[in-house]
Amino acid sequence: MSLAPQVLDVASARPRIRPLRWVAGAVLLVLVAQFAWFLVTNPRFEWAVAGKYLFDPNILRGLGMSLLLTVIAMTLGSVLGVLLAAGRLSDFKPAAWACGVYVAVFRGIPPLVQLIFWFNLGYLLPRISLGVPFGPTFVSWPTNSVISSLTAAIIGLTLHEAAYMAEIVRAGILAVDGGQRDAARAMGFTARQSFVKVVLPQAMRVIVPPTGSQFISLLKGTSLVSVIAMADLLYSVQVIYNRTYEIVPLLIVACAWYLAVVTVLSLGQRRLEQHFGKGQR
Amino acid sequence: MSDAPVLRIRNVRKQFGDHVALDGVDLDVHEGEVVTVIGPSGSGKSTLVRCVHQLESIDGGAMYLDGELLGYEMRRGHLRPLPDRRLAAQRGRMGMVFQQFNLFAHWSVLRNVIEAQVTVHGRSPEEARKEALRLLERVGLSGKADAHPRMLSGGQQQRVAIARALATNPRIMLFDEPTSALDPELVDEVLSVVLDLARGGMTMIIVTHEMSFAREVADRCVFMEEGRVVETGTPKEIFDNPASPRLRAFLSRFSGRAAHISDERPLEEETTS
Repeated sequence: MSLAPQVLDVASARPRIRPLRWVAGAVLLVLVAQFAWFLVTNPRFEWAVAGKYLFDPNILRGLGMSLLLTVIAMTLGSVLGVLLAAGRLSDFKPAAWACGVYVAVFRGIPPLVQLIFWFNLGYLLPRISLGVPFGPTFVSWPTNSVISSLTAAIIGLTLHEAAYMAEIVRAGILAVDGGQRDAARAMGFTARQSFVKVVLPQAMRVIVPPTGSQFISLLKGTSLVSVIAMADLLYSVQVIYNRTYEIVPLLIVACAWYLAVVTVLSLGQRRLEQHFGKGQR
Repeated sequence: MSDAPVLRIRNVRKQFGDHVALDGVDLDVHEGEVVTVIGPSGSGKSTLVRCVHQLESIDGGAMYLDGELLGYEMRRGHLRPLPDRRLAAQRGRMGMVFQQFNLFAHWSVLRNVIEAQVTVHGRSPEEARKEALRLLERVGLSGKADAHPRMLSGGQQQRVAIARALATNPRIMLFDEPTSALDPELVDEVLSVVLDLARGGMTMIIVTHEMSFAREVADRCVFMEEGRVVETGTPKEIFDNPASPRLRAFLSRFSGRAAHISDERPLEEETTS
């Protein structure tokens, strides 16, 4: 065994030879080319039609409604979710139990079913009344005048969202070191002050990432409200193609908007994660 | 030392499931007095200070801070737990230093020391800030006010924790093994701050495994085992002339070194769980 005459230096080494990667790369290239060819050459996409409708006022209104529903359901759902999470972690057992049952039920029923259910509430409960339980009523309204597509959509999406947010928030709270709560109580903070000032802000680091995904899936989930004739993005598209039969180009319009909004939201989520991740262990 | 004790602990009992953590503890701490609590792991020393600070509820007995019953009140002839707000107010009159520091991880050092002054004790933010800076200087960390806790060493974090506890002018300071989580070379910087407090006349209970420190800083030393106060006396009595065989056995585990004020530290692995 003789040593090499010159001094070797791995800094001059070339990359490893990986032939399989060349093969995979070639296959991928062919697939992408084929798909692009399909998109461009298939006349049934009717790109011109899609382009025409992209900024159609009706579609923009539908997009606005989808965004509005998302924001409302997310806001109400988050507030309710925090309360539910606090309830589940309460040492008052009936509250913990009730919140647990709520989460199990509303996470277990598909949101589409819930929406149809709320929309048809008038059948189960013809009038909505305010009064003393089992006693006299003060005011009452016919349910069908209270539950429109909008309220049914908001209620259905909110209640569903709250169940998911409750689990996310609960996981976040449990992830905060118990010593933080001890220290907060030891400083003389009340239970609420220590929750709001110490526990919740630190739980945010764990809560924010899945909440971002929740927001995105809720935006996509709003398309379900089209079944109860709520004029969201998908419904607005459907209204047009039911008249013109230009189904594919209009679905492409819907896809384009959903993708655009989701992309923006994903960027926002990354910013939020960076914000809440700083200063933490 | 005045006659009425700052803290009175009477026949306090505490159980975790079947495990008896405190089995009838009596202890008085007077104004300006420094009491160190020593004993093997699981003897109930930490539980005792956690109970005093109302972080754990007690199952029997009673504790008084300046003559006021802690954690309970008499209402229409029955003792009932205090509502949260008043419990919080009682906690706010005591200072606690934890083994794991427990600095608020999402706030700067300065905010850690300011916050309770403002929210719990109603000081103005400027006043609280001034007091916080004064205290940080006292623990030798004035340069670290804007740092984040995780950027500090364990010893520095614990000194901030002491400043934080002092900021609300507590009637009594409780230390729950303040140096047990520290690397050995960082222990002294924390102990010197505690010693400085003792010389300044602060009333304190210090649970510790640092035998030489327990002896040096104490006016009175308490030896606990199996949830009971086995022996209590001056440091000289406890360390030089232990009466009970149990205390003798405990001290002998420190190979006799604990009987001297020396720089040598006890063997940690014998005492920590």
